[in-house]
Amino acid sequence: MKHTISVLVENHAGVLSRITGLFSRRGFNIDSLAVGVTEDKTVSRMTIVVEADSYTVEQLEKQLNKAVDVIKVRTIPQEDLISRELMLIKCNAGGRTRSEILDIAKIMNAKIVDLTKSTMTLEICDLPARLDLLEELLKAYNIQEVMRTGTIALQRGAVAVGAK
Amino acid sequence: MTGAQAVVTSLEKEGVTTVFGYPGAAICPVYDCLAQSPICHILVRQEQSAGHAAAAFGRISGRPGVCISTSGPGALNLLTALATAYMDSVPLVAITGQVSSELLGRDVFQEADITGAAEPFTKHSFLVKNAADLPRIMKEAFYLASTGRQGPVLIDLPVDVQNQQLDFVYPEEVSIRGYNPSTRANPLQLRRVAEAISSARRPVICAGGGVFSSGARDRMRRFAENCQIPVVTTMMGLGLMPSDHPLYFGMLGSFGCSAANYAIRHSDLLILIGARAGDRAMGQPGVMEKRTRIVHIDIDPAEIHKNMEASIPLVADARLALEQLLECCAPPDTGMWLAELREKRGVGAFATDRPGFINPHRLVAALSEGLDEDSIYVADVGLNQLWSARSARIKAGRFLTSGGMGTMGYALPAAMGARLASGAGQVVAVMGDGGFQMSMQELATLVQHDIPVKLVLFRNDCLGLVRQIQREVYGGRYEAVELGGSPDFAALAQVYGIRAMTISDNSEIEDAVRALLAAEKSFLLQCLVSPDEPAV
Repeated sequence: MKHTISVLVENHAGVLSRITGLFSRRGFNIDSLAVGVTEDKTVSRMTIVVEADSYTVEQLEKQLNKAVDVIKVRTIPQEDLISRELMLIKCNAGGRTRSEILDIAKIMNAKIVDLTKSTMTLEICDLPARLDLLEELLKAYNIQEVMRTGTIALQRGAVAVGAK
Repeated sequence: MTGAQAVVTSLEKEGVTTVFGYPGAAICPVYDCLAQSPICHILVRQEQSAGHAAAAFGRISGRPGVCISTSGPGALNLLTALATAYMDSVPLVAITGQVSSELLGRDVFQEADITGAAEPFTKHSFLVKNAADLPRIMKEAFYLASTGRQGPVLIDLPVDVQNQQLDFVYPEEVSIRGYNPSTRANPLQLRRVAEAISSARRPVICAGGGVFSSGARDRMRRFAENCQIPVVTTMMGLGLMPSDHPLYFGMLGSFGCSAANYAIRHSDLLILIGARAGDRAMGQPGVMEKRTRIVHIDIDPAEIHKNMEASIPLVADARLALEQLLECCAPPDTGMWLAELREKRGVGAFATDRPGFINPHRLVAALSEGLDEDSIYVADVGLNQLWSARSARIKAGRFLTSGGMGTMGYALPAAMGARLASGAGQVVAVMGDGGFQMSMQELATLVQHDIPVKLVLFRNDCLGLVRQIQREVYGGRYEAVELGGSPDFAALAQVYGIRAMTISDNSEIEDAVRALLAAEKSFLLQCLVSPDEPAV
């Protein structure tokens, strides 16, 4: 099962490698990891998505909590999850295929961010599963490059997971 | 003052009296300040020994031991000792020199990313970029190493930072927002533990190194006595109970006592205190839980449910938890259970004597018999460790060994550190000829700093435990287990100016042990044992 863990960490050099080291060392696989600074500039928030059973997630949370640079750890319950991912995707688009891709982009709510005689680059910000779908649909047009940011997430509702 | 002065002044403020180390160019400013400080520096012959010695110093003194090395190879040689301390939750502060901060990442002479390399084996580490941060970092390092679940902390000090000027104010308090170890037990959970104990018929306490770390040895004994609960220990917990205590049933695990393992197997309540239920003690995870209820008392929440599913977890410092339990726990009725266990106690038969060789169990028994009440017994790793764990009788002293990591070469430097921490008293290092040759260069350190350590060397001219595995599991195809080319270690010790003796017959044990224990300075007793002498 997929779990989305929100981790607040000190915004220091070396913290990212400590966290990723902790995952690899204990044999935990990361699906995606995104990091960015928060409203408090001394604190960064990581969103980590892992595919794991409940034992592993419990261990993971505890090991994360043990790291001195980690301020707070929260696994976001599935029903309260607000998650998004950004993807840029470049595919071949010459002649007739251009309008077909435009159709797909329109339906999928993706934007065209670059265009050449032979290629087109799309941007989509949506649920990870929707990104997968767009990628699938564009396979027919020879995808040249894909870049995804990894999931970012917050918990729904008024409760904030803050450093305080 | 300079960064280097700030480091040494902080060490003094932390009450450090002895440090272990090996200098080099990148740590010279600190050594220059040490020269003007009352802190005593012990010059080891390889940095790993500094780490082991400082760790043992920490285990005995209860305050973090300190080791110092230079950058690059000096720092890297510390790694094994850091990992050893980390596995056994030993308070240790390691200070390493580093190349100048503007040169970091350029692969200059003796540069190594030591905070990166040590990351999996340290509780925390600091790469100091600014001398002004040093007072806070030093304070935090000692705080982190010695609180919660203790462990090694590394401070990497670029040489230019050591020369920077700063205004030194040593902080009174520490505040780290990501670090708040809980030490007091949740009262509700504590009551559940007390109820489970009171209603148990066949309870057993399994105590580990955490009981020593929290200074709860006396309380644990009192608790066991009050409630009449039998006690077994892990290897790290050896010495928590006097070996001849009526409630003590020995060390558990694959190399442990049958009575201890029987107690665990047939209990209806297993009370783990400061023990992480490692594989060597408990075997496969998921088996024990089916047989018995488990109470797990540990200061590290991550240990709960890691190796063993606990019915009642209790996150707490062992000393505080035991204090609280002493107040509220009604003694269960364990008369029948204790009688049953006492029947399972071994009659103390020694392994077979072999002509021309010393029976190591006889030697260890004679040694324990002769040692003072409060002496410190340090065992290395391999057969000597298992013989010691089996036959050593610990009274009010300590038993030190590398329990988790199983680091060969631990005993000699650790005994050195333990002797300096204890100030006086007998310290004995028991080793095999494999482990001894990993740290025998430290004989010079013993002589130079006049540290009296009693050295017992079981010589079988092979790597006995590996040889046993090759015999039993790999069809007796011995490969790379014979230690040919070894010198006469007694003669070697004598060249260093250390008195030494060799024995090969059990009739010589008594006199030899007497000579060893009577020696005022270091003394090496080489005992020839059979390569076929088994682990248990």
